Amino acid sequence: MAKSEAISWFRIQEMFRFQAFHMYGIIGTAVTLGVAGVALIKKFHIRDYHGNPIVFNPKEKSVARYLIGGSIFGLGWALSGACPGPMVVNIGYGYWAMAIVFFFAIVGTYLYGLIKDKLPH
Amino acid sequence: MIAAIMFFLLYFGQSFGFSSNLRTICAAAGLGKSAKFFDFNWKSQMWNMVFLIGAILGGFIARQYFSTDAPVQISEATISDLSKFGISAPNSLQPDELFGLDAVLSLKGFALLAFGGLMVGFGSRYAGGCTSGHAISGLSDLQIPSLIAVMGFFIGGLLMTYLIFPLIF
Repeated sequence: MAKSEAISWFRIQEMFRFQAFHMYGIIGTAVTLGVAGVALIKKFHIRDYHGNPIVFNPKEKSVARYLIGGSIFGLGWALSGACPGPMVVNIGYGYWAMAIVFFFAIVGTYLYGLIKDKLPH
Repeated sequence: MIAAIMFFLLYFGQSFGFSSNLRTICAAAGLGKSAKFFDFNWKSQMWNMVFLIGAILGGFIARQYFSTDAPVQISEATISDLSKFGISAPNSLQPDELFGLDAVLSLKGFALLAFGGLMVGFGSRYAGGCTSGHAISGLSDLQIPSLIAVMGFFIGGLLMTYLIFPLIF
């Protein structure tokens, strides 16, 4: 991930400005392989190492939570240039400032947990 | 590579989604007492946590052994857009104007990082996933909710990029 520069704030900015194919290539490749793999698992009923069938839990049907939650996430993603995974890769890479972002991401998660029953889902 | 990790986690009876770790950390910190949402058996989420540790190590290894310290080769158009906000062309992976020591120690710089983190944490849990959970795992399973979430990611991202950046920088 570090090598693909997907952890770079600059790359995220470039993506949101649609000025390069870079990030779309990375995500597109992962999703293309993902779609093929998931289809294979479903077709051949591949089991996990416990011998349990691999089930894909359909996400709850809703529009509000995905659209509102997603938009809030997007605001943060564009600002901090990192989603949760790349945050910790950055910390390992030596960008200590990302620890602040990561800490507040935990705080944000906690806030959601506190008020989730009051939000439209 | 990203897809390989997803299938690895699926094979071990887990699902791939990074932001769940944030919830797991809250649960492990004992916050389940104040909010029911964090009252669950967090030890069942160990595999995703291992992935988190691995991600930190991965970043470290990439820096130590594979880093060329080359600046990110973003497009000229992006460089010129960012220069209008006082952000200079990349000389590494991240802009010093946001992640350098001076920025972190200034009130504004710290606030930007904190708000960014807050929104990522809050939004990903509200939407039930982040880039890995929705854009990659969810879209791989051709789930409509994930598509809506990804559209949300872009609505938020574009608002920030085009409307809010000119106000804050």
